[in-house]
Amino acid sequence: MKKHLPWFIPAVFAVWFLTTLAPAREDKFAFAQFGRLPLLSGGRPQPLDSFARNTLVQIRERHDAYDPVEKRTMSAPEWLAEVMFKPEAARDRRVFRVVSQELKQVLKLPESNVDHGENGKYYSWNQIATEANFATLQEQIGRAVKKEESQRDAYDQAVLKLGNALELFNTLQVSARSQSATNFTAEVTAFYKSLPANEGALIAVKTRYAGKNPDEAKDDPLVREAAKFYDKIGSRGEKLPLLFPPENGHDWSRLPDRLMDLTGGEPLPKAILAWARIGDAYQTGNSIEFNAAVAEYSRYCADSIPAETKKAGREVFFNRFAPFYNAMIIYVAAFLCAVGFWFNFAEWLRVAAFRLVGLAFVIHMTGLIFRMVLQGRPPVTNLYSSAIFIGWGAVVLGMILERFWRNAIGLTVGSLLGFVTLIIAHNLALDGDTMIMMRAVLDTNFWLATHVVIVTLGYASTFVAGFLAIVYIVRGFFTRGLDPDTAKSLARMVYGIVCFATLFSFVGTVLGGIWADQSWGRFWGWDPKENGALIIVLWNALVLHARWGGLVRERGVMTLAIAGNIVTSWSWFGVNMLGIGLHSYGFMSGAFPVLATFVGSQLVLIGLGCLPPRYWQSFKKLPATPTKPTGPSAPLKGGGKPRPAVA
Amino acid sequence: MKRLLAPLTSIRLTVTLLALGIAVIFFGTLAQTDDGLYVAQARFFRSWFSVFSPHDPAWKWIKIPLPGGYLLGTSLLVNLVAAHISRFKFAWKKSGIVMTHLGIILLLVGQLATDMFARESRMSFAEGEWRNYSEDFQKTELVFLSDTTDAAMNNVVAIPDSELRPGTEIRLEPLPFSVRVKEWMENSEPSFRAPMMQKTNAPQASDGIAQNFDFQPATETRTMDSKNIPTALIELVGTDGKSLGTWAVSDWAGEPAMAASAAFSWSKQFGADLAQRIHGLLTKPQTVTAGGRTFTFQLRPMRYYQPFTVKLLKTTHEVYAGTVSAAEPDGIPKNFQSRVLVDHPTVGRREVDIYMNNPLRFGGLTFFQYQMGREQAAASRGTSTLQVVKNPSWLTPYVGCGMVALGLLVQFGIHLTAFVRKKKTA
Repeated sequence: MKKHLPWFIPAVFAVWFLTTLAPAREDKFAFAQFGRLPLLSGGRPQPLDSFARNTLVQIRERHDAYDPVEKRTMSAPEWLAEVMFKPEAARDRRVFRVVSQELKQVLKLPESNVDHGENGKYYSWNQIATEANFATLQEQIGRAVKKEESQRDAYDQAVLKLGNALELFNTLQVSARSQSATNFTAEVTAFYKSLPANEGALIAVKTRYAGKNPDEAKDDPLVREAAKFYDKIGSRGEKLPLLFPPENGHDWSRLPDRLMDLTGGEPLPKAILAWARIGDAYQTGNSIEFNAAVAEYSRYCADSIPAETKKAGREVFFNRFAPFYNAMIIYVAAFLCAVGFWFNFAEWLRVAAFRLVGLAFVIHMTGLIFRMVLQGRPPVTNLYSSAIFIGWGAVVLGMILERFWRNAIGLTVGSLLGFVTLIIAHNLALDGDTMIMMRAVLDTNFWLATHVVIVTLGYASTFVAGFLAIVYIVRGFFTRGLDPDTAKSLARMVYGIVCFATLFSFVGTVLGGIWADQSWGRFWGWDPKENGALIIVLWNALVLHARWGGLVRERGVMTLAIAGNIVTSWSWFGVNMLGIGLHSYGFMSGAFPVLATFVGSQLVLIGLGCLPPRYWQSFKKLPATPTKPTGPSAPLKGGGKPRPAVA
Repeated sequence: MKRLLAPLTSIRLTVTLLALGIAVIFFGTLAQTDDGLYVAQARFFRSWFSVFSPHDPAWKWIKIPLPGGYLLGTSLLVNLVAAHISRFKFAWKKSGIVMTHLGIILLLVGQLATDMFARESRMSFAEGEWRNYSEDFQKTELVFLSDTTDAAMNNVVAIPDSELRPGTEIRLEPLPFSVRVKEWMENSEPSFRAPMMQKTNAPQASDGIAQNFDFQPATETRTMDSKNIPTALIELVGTDGKSLGTWAVSDWAGEPAMAASAAFSWSKQFGADLAQRIHGLLTKPQTVTAGGRTFTFQLRPMRYYQPFTVKLLKTTHEVYAGTVSAAEPDGIPKNFQSRVLVDHPTVGRREVDIYMNNPLRFGGLTFFQYQMGREQAAASRGTSTLQVVKNPSWLTPYVGCGMVALGLLVQFGIHLTAFVRKKKTA
């Protein structure tokens, strides 16, 4: 059995992973096809599927919704269709995640109660946006908005998050078609037919919607009709994606804008007609008509914007692929196997761990490359992708270390860091789209590929050194497993990785300076992120010099390397929490407690590392024990069963 | 000699300096939340000593004395050079370390040179306009322009703001009068002496714009992107010692962008038409007649003239479609681009595009795309501001970085191959 386990365990995970790739079966409405329709949001062409997922993530912190009646999950496009085409039903769906107790009380939201179908976490629009709550919410949001970002507490953030979710939902429910229309196709067509009869009507309506008052045309019945129609198709809500693809010289646009931009004699855009048909079919529950209209729309897109349509299809696959989430789970399994190896030194565990890390790594890297192709960018473009890339780098280093030492330490550290960074990425993705467009100053693949990639590898290697040191201290202090050979190999690993870290962080930081020199003529500006990176460089240099100068030995290097974790997490996240400077993209005071906890834990480990060897389980000198009055009676009992020294 | 140098060459000193460096950078970064980048930079990094103290009243008692950036940089340099001099013995095994350290010396020296010699200024214009000078962002100058041609003064006499200290009297040869500085406000705020407001205080000066405006000192700015707008009260005294009058000279009047921003805030208070008239009063040229000649004078941003002209041909400002929102009122910027014509009497004419990450290097200067907008009066006309940097040592980081990278690669490569070989034979 043990002979087959190293293959069997990874194989189980591989099969599990492959099953997640299969598309879900749909028997009526072709929501998957609907999700592949391209649109433009945040300046980025993307499939409706991505937009729906990113919207749901902001509202519900998940990529899907749940139908309690049919007891099944709804895909994001299915949910979005409901919100846009049948809002009265969507308003009853419990999708708004509210976990702040204080906010729940303020809004008088019911506690968890199975009999009433309340889970205490998710609430519907109708439960939250009651008339009484509306005023309260507005007041609370106004109050929280006025505060400076760094002054907002958890409650303020919950309020703002819910406010954002409600606004998103509201925009979507009122802006995708004429409200309460059962036959939007007829409405649009009628409106269109009325246009040529009076060219002036269109101009008058345009003037009106430009914010001016077209006095001269006020009494024209056609203008009144058209204006009424515009009122019904709602605001041009800024959160609504640009649904309609470029056509006849018009750019991507939202529904009211596109209708407004019609010029006399121009045919009614096919996309709008198809869109109206899709909505009507959904409203009336006619899945055959729905699927036909979706098919017509996709054919139209494939003809008019073939590149974006193809890309949208690929992105839908990528969304289902969910490489980082799946890799994260496999890293956990790998970590458990690798740690298990230290307890009984069964080689099959180590081999299984190695293969699991390999499997997760392949998925992780495929995802990374897929993202790069989709975005047409180097791997790191924002905080989210930096987490994914740091994990990738850490796993590479871990596997290299394992090739040399074969003692499961590289695997432990690699899989742990892979898991932790992907968890961080997963949480960072809760803000919405992770592939937002690059602002002008960042729009340079050359510098993203050099400075950003290298400095991120610097972060990754500093973390690897720090986590290796954690292994040293935890094993040495709490267990008797840190025999001199293992200790020595760990010391060499940490030293080697710190060397790498120095190289990468230095080159990456200076390249950042050179980029700054290229883009605004200032090599060094003492910006917080620059300073953070420089601190990492100096720290690594300090560790190396302290070791070369003999100021610290094995344990000292380990303690210093753990401090490197603090330094790096400060540079990675801490400076963003200051909310100042050029790099303060992704302000995230919400993560402050997490960072503080991490720093605290590292300080504890440093404290342990500084304790003299006589307190360490692994370093206790056997003869010294009897002199201690309250020590364990027999030294061999201390750390479990005695184990062989590993070569 | 060697023994004297010993403490300077010690690696203990290196480690101490690195640790202090980390502390200074950390506290200097924290201080930016209270002080702003500009002030914190001057206090912690461009100084010899500093003290960190939070502004928050609850933590105000904390006072941490720190060495300044200059002190640390110099000490590291001395430590590094001394160590290499005293221990230098060439060996291939150490070649990487030597190269790394030489690169670091180059970086440190280069940054020192940048600190001393680099100069940043800005060139702002609208489409179709040309400039043969750039303007300093912080410094101002008091200029006198003569109405008659006079070879000796080349029509312009400029007094830098550093000389405009209260109580000084400045006498410049070509001018038939001297300048007495009565008051200097590093940052100032104008207020309109509206007739209907019945101001009771006397005007601050006998002539010129002070009849219509009072200038009050304002708190000095702390951030990099906002600037002080100084005002001076001056008296001009003829060669015979008789006063020609007193005036207020202000950057509010001398810099069109500042006058426009003042007019914008008045338009909210008094309405657009009246604001336009007030703006006219503020920017009305101030003159003095002496020795039979009339001089116009103003306080304006210090100018650096170049031997060539730059003409702004076209501005391009692109935003990603559909990204305008409350949080991002201008949308997510996709591209800022200025097409300019550089005209040099000897080098010739050249049309170039300047955009983000693509500066123009010309005549020892580098031109970067900095800001972009529309002219207030004619919205169809784009305006552009270029950051103009003169930095003779701009190449040092490139070379230094290359050397350090190569040095580290060589050194760690040597370690790594030795290790791998040992591992294989073991």
